[in-house]
Amino acid sequence: MAKVSTKTGLEALEEAAAKQGTERYVLRLYITGMTPRSTLAVENIRKICEEHLQGRYDLEVVDIYKQPTLAEGEQIIAAPTLIRKLPLPLRRFIGDMSNTDRILLGLDLRTKAK
Amino acid sequence: MKAKAAGFTVGKTNSTLPKSPTGIQGLDEITGGGLPKGRPTLIAGAAGCGKTLLGMEFLVRGATEFGEPGVFMAFEETGKELVANVRSLGFDLNKLVAQKKIALDHVRVERSEIEETGEYDLEGLFIRLEHAVKSVGAKRVVLDTVETLFAGLPNQLIIRAELRRLFAWLKERGLTAIITGERGGAEGTLTRHGLEEYVADCVIVLDHRVDEQMSTRRLRVVKYRGSMHGTNEYPFLIGEHGISVMPVTSMKLDHEVTSQRISSGIARLDEMLGGKGFYRGSSVLVSGSPGCGKTSVAAHFADATCRRGERCLMFAYEESPSQVLRNMRSIGIDLEQWVRKGLLQIHATRPTLYGLEMHLVTMHDLVVKFRPTVVIVDPISNLTVRNDETELKPTLMRLIDSLKTRHVTALFTSLTTGGSSLEESQVGVSSLMDTWLLLRNMENNGEKTRTFYILKSRGMAHSNQVREFVMTGKGVDLLDVYVGANAVLTGTARVAQEGRERAEAALRQREHTRKLRQLSRKRKAIEAQIAALQADVEAEEDEIKSSVSEDSLQQKAVAADRRQMTQLRGGAR
Repeated sequence: MAKVSTKTGLEALEEAAAKQGTERYVLRLYITGMTPRSTLAVENIRKICEEHLQGRYDLEVVDIYKQPTLAEGEQIIAAPTLIRKLPLPLRRFIGDMSNTDRILLGLDLRTKAK
Repeated sequence: MKAKAAGFTVGKTNSTLPKSPTGIQGLDEITGGGLPKGRPTLIAGAAGCGKTLLGMEFLVRGATEFGEPGVFMAFEETGKELVANVRSLGFDLNKLVAQKKIALDHVRVERSEIEETGEYDLEGLFIRLEHAVKSVGAKRVVLDTVETLFAGLPNQLIIRAELRRLFAWLKERGLTAIITGERGGAEGTLTRHGLEEYVADCVIVLDHRVDEQMSTRRLRVVKYRGSMHGTNEYPFLIGEHGISVMPVTSMKLDHEVTSQRISSGIARLDEMLGGKGFYRGSSVLVSGSPGCGKTSVAAHFADATCRRGERCLMFAYEESPSQVLRNMRSIGIDLEQWVRKGLLQIHATRPTLYGLEMHLVTMHDLVVKFRPTVVIVDPISNLTVRNDETELKPTLMRLIDSLKTRHVTALFTSLTTGGSSLEESQVGVSSLMDTWLLLRNMENNGEKTRTFYILKSRGMAHSNQVREFVMTGKGVDLLDVYVGANAVLTGTARVAQEGRERAEAALRQREHTRKLRQLSRKRKAIEAQIAALQADVEAEEDEIKSSVSEDSLQQKAVAADRRQMTQLRGGAR
C-alpha cells in the first residue's frame, strides 16, 4: 500500500514538475456554517493556496447547511471536506486542513514545499 | 391486524411503549406490535441474511400501509441496485420515490480517495439525512449499514462519537429507525463494530444456517427494552410478497375452543367418536405402518369437508396432486370435483426441498392465503429427513398452535416404521394431538389385514373397540372384528370363523329338529298305547256290565221260581 502510493507520488511529482506552474486547480471546500472548525478550514486552505498556487487556483466555499442537495450530489459525509475537482484524479480531504503536509502531498504540490 | 394474535395480550395492554408496526408478517406478532416507535432498532446478521430487505419492507409497508414515509440511506448499494433488488418482492420503489413517500440516498465512502487533514465530524451525513427526512416528511429511517463508515474513514474514535450523536439525533426527532449491522467480530458482540452499544432499545438478529444441507433463515429478538417479546428463534421466509416470519407460538395456551363437531367422512368412525366426529379446531393424528390406509382416511376427511362447502388444504409430501386424485378415485372418492370448485387445494412439495421450518413457514403462508377450515398434512413424518423428533415437536407445536387459533382442524398422518412399537415412536408428537387414530397391519394366516382403533380422543366419549379397516370401491369401511373366546380375528380368518360358526349352528339346528321329531313320534306311540288301553278298559267294563245284568236277571228268575214253588206247595200250611 505504502509502496504504491510512493510510486504514484513519484509519478505525480514528475508530472507536476513538468507542468509546473501551468496547471489550474479547481478546489471546492464544503463547510457547515460558521463552526470554529469550518472557519479554521477556510483559513488554512486559503493560506495554502496563496502560498503554493497563487494565481492558478479556483476555490469555492460551499455551506452545505444552505445547500444540502449539494452534499448528496457530491457524496459529502464528513465536514469540512475539500474536493480537488481539477486536476484529475478527484481527491477528497477531510478535516480542518491543519495538516499542511498531507494536503500538499495530496494536491501534488510537495515539490514546491521542498 | 395481524398483530393482535393471541398470546401477547398481556404484553400489549401493559405496555405503554408506543410501537411502530412493521407490516411484516409475523414480526409484529413476535414484537407485540412492531418496533419501538421513535427509537432505533438494530438488525444484525451476516451477509445475505435479508437485513436490507427487512429494512426496505419496513419502509415500504410504512409508506403504503401505515402512512409513514421513510428514508433509506444505503451505504452499500446504489439507489438503482436497491430498486432492482426489491422489485422481485413486488415493491415499486421508483413509484414510491416519485410519490415522495420514500427517499433514497446512496452514501458512498471510498477510502482510497480520502485524505485526513485534521479534525472533522460527520455533519455532512447529518445534513443529508435531515434533508432527506424533510423532503418526504419521513417518520421512518433505515441506515444500511453504517458500519461501512468504519472501513471508509480512518478515525474510529470520531466515527464512534458521531454514531452516538446520530442515534441521539434520530431519537430527538422521533424517527423510528432500523440500523443494520454485519455479524461477526469479537466474541460476545453481535456486530463487527459493536453497534449494539449505541442501539440499546431493540436488537433483532437474523441468521442463515445450513443444517444437514438444508438452509433456514431465522430471526430472533435479542432485546426489546420496555416490552415483552418472543425470545425464540423464528424461521422466516423471503417469499414473493416480502418477508414472512413463522407465526409464532403463542406464549400461553389460551386459544378458544368450540364444541362444534365435524364429520370425519367415515360414518362408522363418527359413530366411534361419540357419534359426531372430530371437534372443530382440534388436531388429529393418523398413524400407522406403510400401506395401512392413512391417506385414505385423510381423503375421506377432505371429501367430507368439501361436501360441507368448506375449504380444505392438503399438503402432500409423498404423492403429486394428480397421483393423489387418481389413487383416491380407486376407492371411490372423487376429490377432483372439489379441486375444480376451488374448495380443495393440494400442495405437493418434495420434503427435501427445504428444511422443516421452511416447510412450516410455507404452510403457514398458504393457510393465511387460502383460509381453509381443514388442513391435512400427509405425512408429517416425511418432513424431517433425519426423523428428528426433538426438532419436529417444537415446530409442529407452532403450526398446531397457529392453526388452533384460527379454528382450523388439522389432520396429520404419520408413518411409523415397522419394528418399533407404534405408540413409542410417536410419543414425541402425540401429546400435541387431540385425537389419535391408530391403523395397524396384522399378518395372520398368510394374509394382511388392517385394524383400526382410537388410541385417544380428548374430551369426548369414544369407542375403545378395535375395528377392521376395509377399503372398498366405495371408500373405507370399518367392520366389527370377531371377538371370540379364543382370539380376535380379522380378514379371512374372521370370515372362516364366521363360516364355521354358521355351520355349527346349522348342525345344531338339525339336531334339534331331529330330537323334536323323535319326541313327537314318541308322543304318538304313547298316545296310541293310551288309546289301546282305554279300549281294553272299555271292553272290560262292557263285560262286567253285561255279567252284572245277567246276574240280576238270574236272581230275579230264582226269586220268581221260589214264589212259584211256594204257591204250588200251598198245602203245606
